[in-house]
Amino acid sequence: MTALLDIAELTKRFPVGKAAGPLGRLRLRRAGTPEHLPHVYAVDDVSFAIGKGETVGLVGESGCGKSTLVRVLTRLLDPTSGIIRLGPRELSLTEARRFAHDPDRARIQMVFQDAGDSINPRFTAFDAIADPLRQLKRLGGKALAAKVEWAAEQCGLPLPLLTRYPHQLSGGQRARVGIARAVGVEPDLLVLDEPTAALDVSVQVVILQLLRRLKAELGMSYLFVSHDLSVVRLLCDRVLVMYLGRIVESGPARAVFDSPLHPYTQALVAAVPRLEDDGRARLRLTGEPRSPIDPDPNVCRFYGRCPRGADACKASMPVLRKLGAEREVACHFA
Amino acid sequence: MTVPALAVENLSVEFRTRSGIVRALENVSFAVDKGETVALVGESGSGKSVTAYAVMGILDAAGRVTAGRAMLGGLDLLAATPQQLADVRGREISMIFQNPRTALNPIRAVGRQIADVLIRHGNVTRAEAPARAVDLLRTVGITDPARRAKAYPFEMSGGMCQRVMIAIALAARPSLLIADEPTTGLDVTTQAVIMDLINELAAEIGMATIFITHDLALAGQRARRIVVMHAGHVVENAPTRELFRHPRHPYTAELIAATPDSAASLDDLASIPGTLPDLRRTDLPPCRYSERCPRKIATCDQPLPAAALGSPHVVACWNPLT
Repeated sequence: MTALLDIAELTKRFPVGKAAGPLGRLRLRRAGTPEHLPHVYAVDDVSFAIGKGETVGLVGESGCGKSTLVRVLTRLLDPTSGIIRLGPRELSLTEARRFAHDPDRARIQMVFQDAGDSINPRFTAFDAIADPLRQLKRLGGKALAAKVEWAAEQCGLPLPLLTRYPHQLSGGQRARVGIARAVGVEPDLLVLDEPTAALDVSVQVVILQLLRRLKAELGMSYLFVSHDLSVVRLLCDRVLVMYLGRIVESGPARAVFDSPLHPYTQALVAAVPRLEDDGRARLRLTGEPRSPIDPDPNVCRFYGRCPRGADACKASMPVLRKLGAEREVACHFA
Repeated sequence: MTVPALAVENLSVEFRTRSGIVRALENVSFAVDKGETVALVGESGSGKSVTAYAVMGILDAAGRVTAGRAMLGGLDLLAATPQQLADVRGREISMIFQNPRTALNPIRAVGRQIADVLIRHGNVTRAEAPARAVDLLRTVGITDPARRAKAYPFEMSGGMCQRVMIAIALAARPSLLIADEPTTGLDVTTQAVIMDLINELAAEIGMATIFITHDLALAGQRARRIVVMHAGHVVENAPTRELFRHPRHPYTAELIAATPDSAASLDDLASIPGTLPDLRRTDLPPCRYSERCPRKIATCDQPLPAAALGSPHVVACWNPLT
């Protein structure tokens, strides 16, 4: 499988604290002292690839850097360092601001979490789907209308609904508009940020099946961000588990969920409620995560919450290493 | 047979809106025994939260209870005076709300919010209250409680805010807790810990719990009995294991089949055809599921069968699965 998207040693840090604001920066510049600002390590040294036609799941708790990673690789934010390669093109060389008008912009599209919040409330469904086509493909008139109708049909959105505003649509219909908007420009990579989190199970099923059909018919790759592990298990080929800015485990979705190697993944899998609960004691995480602000580079990020934490975990940070043909894990004990 | 902690009988609630009267609840009945956890499950719009709000007496001004009783011991909560309700709320019944960050007072330190409840309901003097609040924060598993008591909600994570809300709800050791989607918006790992905490504390003080959720799998893991709601009706009420093994209402069966956990692949998941009926309609059929139902028969146009009293497995259907 050839890689569609290749990410190497991607890092994104945000300055924090009193001196991080515009006034603080100005003051620092005036003073001329290159003082060190504390930084949040939102994404820290992340490398992975997404193959053509592959569905990759990204899971982790809130605050672990999933959204920042997604924003950097969809080029809404500039990385602090690292490489993002889409096919032969090196995207990290283009500034986020310039990339908005780049011809390759259409190749990576994103479906946001709650379509009710992410669609302009003053746009009809037609306008919402048409907007990226106007901006990125310079379509207009009949060609535009035809393309919008094509996208709506692909997503199972009845054409009479195109004249409605978001508040006049049901949750499932709004989700379809959000997907149609991204699919209209025929991207190679679709990034889905919890597309079904706001939906009831009965509607969720329909949307998941729609996503799978679209992928097969249009030949897209997916990066599926979610914290619903049962959904990730059903939809994804491969899964990446993230904890405090770093990938701690990756591998085929089924293998990772059936026999998780990293203690964090084990706790995550144990926490998923099951219809038929066997009633056995489950692994629980205690305490709060470590601070992501200037973390000690020699301590495992999971140390303190980890049930297996030992002295080795404070002495050196485990790096992601290969285990078998397809799996990777960042733990001294796996 | 013991008296249940809360018995809701034939509760009906309407909302008056500009576009007509919404019949949000109709003949809702269920009971929670002392120390028992019962889950109310259903899709959004099924009336789970309205049931809780009606019982707590905190319905929106447009809402009106048109029929029914909610017996808490000898007191009918729906007929109680505001003074009686104010005494009962927080002392006998407490509620945990969906979004802890918005439910807590944003401009009051969390320790003081807990102390407020203690002073009002917990027979604690003003001088003792802050120290007791710190004790409670420790009970709900907050590290460094003395420092955290001075923190404001925005300084805490979602999971910690939910712990604070649990501390407030349990401060006066109520006999009934209503938890309205207590873990929606939290991570699964935090969800598991919070649910463990609620279960442990409930067991410790022998408290009954009504657990409202849309997550059937989570309900199954935590509740002994599940009440399934659809469009303002209770469609099925059964012990958890029984409900999953032998669902009798067609809607329950479809809900189980749509839960991702139950499936080996995406093809095994079935969606539920149709949508909830518009509850403003004046021609709503007696069974509000009948228009979506694959098992509809001629009898379905008759008023729903009366529930057998005291039966452990209640189903509101003329043509149930066997």
